[in-house]
Amino acid sequence: MRRYWPGFEWQVAWRFLREGRMQTLLIIVGVAAGVAVVAYISALIEGLQANTLAKTLGAQAHISLRAPEDLVAPAARLEAGTAVLSDTQPRAQRLRSVANWQALLPVLQATPGVAAVSPMVSGSGLALRGEAALAIALLGVELERYDRIVNLRSKVVAGRASLQPGEAIIGRELAADLGLRVGDRLTLRTGLVSDAARVTALVDLGVKGLNRRTVIVPLRAAQNLQGLPGGATHLDLTVTDVWAAQALADSLRRQHPLRVESWQESNAQLVSALNAQSVSTTIIRAVVLVVVVLGIASVLVVSVVQKGREIGILRAMGATRGQMQRIFLLQGAVVGALGSLLGIALAVALVWAFTTFVRGLDGLPLFAITVPVPTALRVALIATLCGVLAAVAPARRAAAMDPAQAIRM
Amino acid sequence: MLIELQGLRKRYNLGQPNEAEVLHGIDLRVQRGEFLALMGPSGSGKSTLLNILGLLERMTEGDYRLLGDSVRGLPDAELTLRRRGTLGFVFQFHHLLPAFTALENVTLPALMHAGRVSAPAEAKARELLDAVGLATALHKRPSELSGGMQQRVAIARALVMDPPLVLADEPTGNLDTASSDDVFALLRRIHAERGTAFIVVTHDPRLAARCDRLVELVDGRVARDEAVAQAMPEAPPR
Repeated sequence: MRRYWPGFEWQVAWRFLREGRMQTLLIIVGVAAGVAVVAYISALIEGLQANTLAKTLGAQAHISLRAPEDLVAPAARLEAGTAVLSDTQPRAQRLRSVANWQALLPVLQATPGVAAVSPMVSGSGLALRGEAALAIALLGVELERYDRIVNLRSKVVAGRASLQPGEAIIGRELAADLGLRVGDRLTLRTGLVSDAARVTALVDLGVKGLNRRTVIVPLRAAQNLQGLPGGATHLDLTVTDVWAAQALADSLRRQHPLRVESWQESNAQLVSALNAQSVSTTIIRAVVLVVVVLGIASVLVVSVVQKGREIGILRAMGATRGQMQRIFLLQGAVVGALGSLLGIALAVALVWAFTTFVRGLDGLPLFAITVPVPTALRVALIATLCGVLAAVAPARRAAAMDPAQAIRM
Repeated sequence: MLIELQGLRKRYNLGQPNEAEVLHGIDLRVQRGEFLALMGPSGSGKSTLLNILGLLERMTEGDYRLLGDSVRGLPDAELTLRRRGTLGFVFQFHHLLPAFTALENVTLPALMHAGRVSAPAEAKARELLDAVGLATALHKRPSELSGGMQQRVAIARALVMDPPLVLADEPTGNLDTASSDDVFALLRRIHAERGTAFIVVTHDPRLAARCDRLVELVDGRVARDEAVAQAMPEAPPR
């Protein structure tokens, strides 16, 4: 069978569009505006969410494993059929080490989806300098491993990150509060012991509260200060896909008798906010696309009426109903595709305007946004399909026209 | 036999209170190569009959054989293909597609048929436009042509697929007398040269007198069907 080339449909569709120049131009601009809004909002929200996630996850592990909580064991097992009124006071939680963490480390490291594992001793203490004494969060880490979790080196604002014995990295605000500079010494005190450390670097962890209380020391120093020789209170994990962290956390929880917390669980409000944002964006995009579909459809419906005589003549000359349908479907597709191209260009211009003119209090761009090529292609494809979808009803109407009546129009 | 109508009836608004029969049992036979004028007062059913002959409307009763095959009950797609292969149309108004040039209008049936215009199809369209005296207006849009010239393009288009029958609905009704005579002379010349059959609806007795046969409809019935003596001399070929 000969392959049919729809040259007739293309020619007529294109000429019809060119003939109604102003009408075609207006609807293409309308589609472009819709596509620009969808692409710009997509880029903005993707950029905003990526930025929020990067800031949130930049200072914390994706998954954190801790020793199980201390529980009060019941004194005796209840016999069947007996009831007891009791009031059990929960135990105070002491700092405990993850049992056998050295053996667990390579097992976690080999788990699919895990990018890095870092042991940590995390507790509280005091930082002293002269007369000043400030409460701190004392973190003991192995610098190389911890760097792979939070990318600590990239957060250094002064000095050079180093955690040799007797060295410490501290938050920028804490340094200011204690009047410390790189190279100065401070005293760290816990309930049991004191130790001195020399500041090698100041870091900005992205949140002022964290900067005001964070002191990072070598793992061994923290073990000594917290009275946990050879211990680690946390095992921090980063994963290759941040959105898979919850599933992996659930899996680890089933395998190990430890407290496992994903970043989603420790930032439930943020995750809810991101989800709400995504849903709102989807609704806005859907409404805009519906408006685009209705716009194209209304123009094509008018076009079918305007072109009634031509449709009648073409049908009289032997154009099939299928050919008439395809003529209008192609018009929808062309309007959608041309509108998409223009819309993507508009979106790129809007993104440029946003990154150029919208600045934060510090005079820097708020966050980086771009219109990624896959997003642009996806939006363009959807808009083109919307064009075809919008043309279905007018196309059917054109195909159903009675040629004898249409000629008399 | 090109056309054979037997007991053709056409009713509109079937089953409605305003049901009306406009054709009351038409019998008509048209041979290949005839040049037939279809006359009648307004409302006599001429256009309805022409639409049925052109497979644009369906009959309500009776039988219609086109080139020996009954077309009664054929699906729309089949009627469309027969229309494309067998019939050419020339209308009184709105003859051409305004977005296409004269040449493109004439090649439209070929484009519609094959999805592209082959070199022989284009050559044929040029030849036809030349034959109707429009060799210099190939690339003009209909809006740039006079009414008579537009009708010539429509005639060339009706002939481009070599149909055995051309149906013309008042082809000169919108033209002044001079143009009207020119166009009619052209139809006669094509008929003489190519042997194409013509059924021409006209109100003009002067033009009807230049046809070979006259069929007159009155109130949906054939009131007269007779050969016409050539009362007027042919206009000289252009």
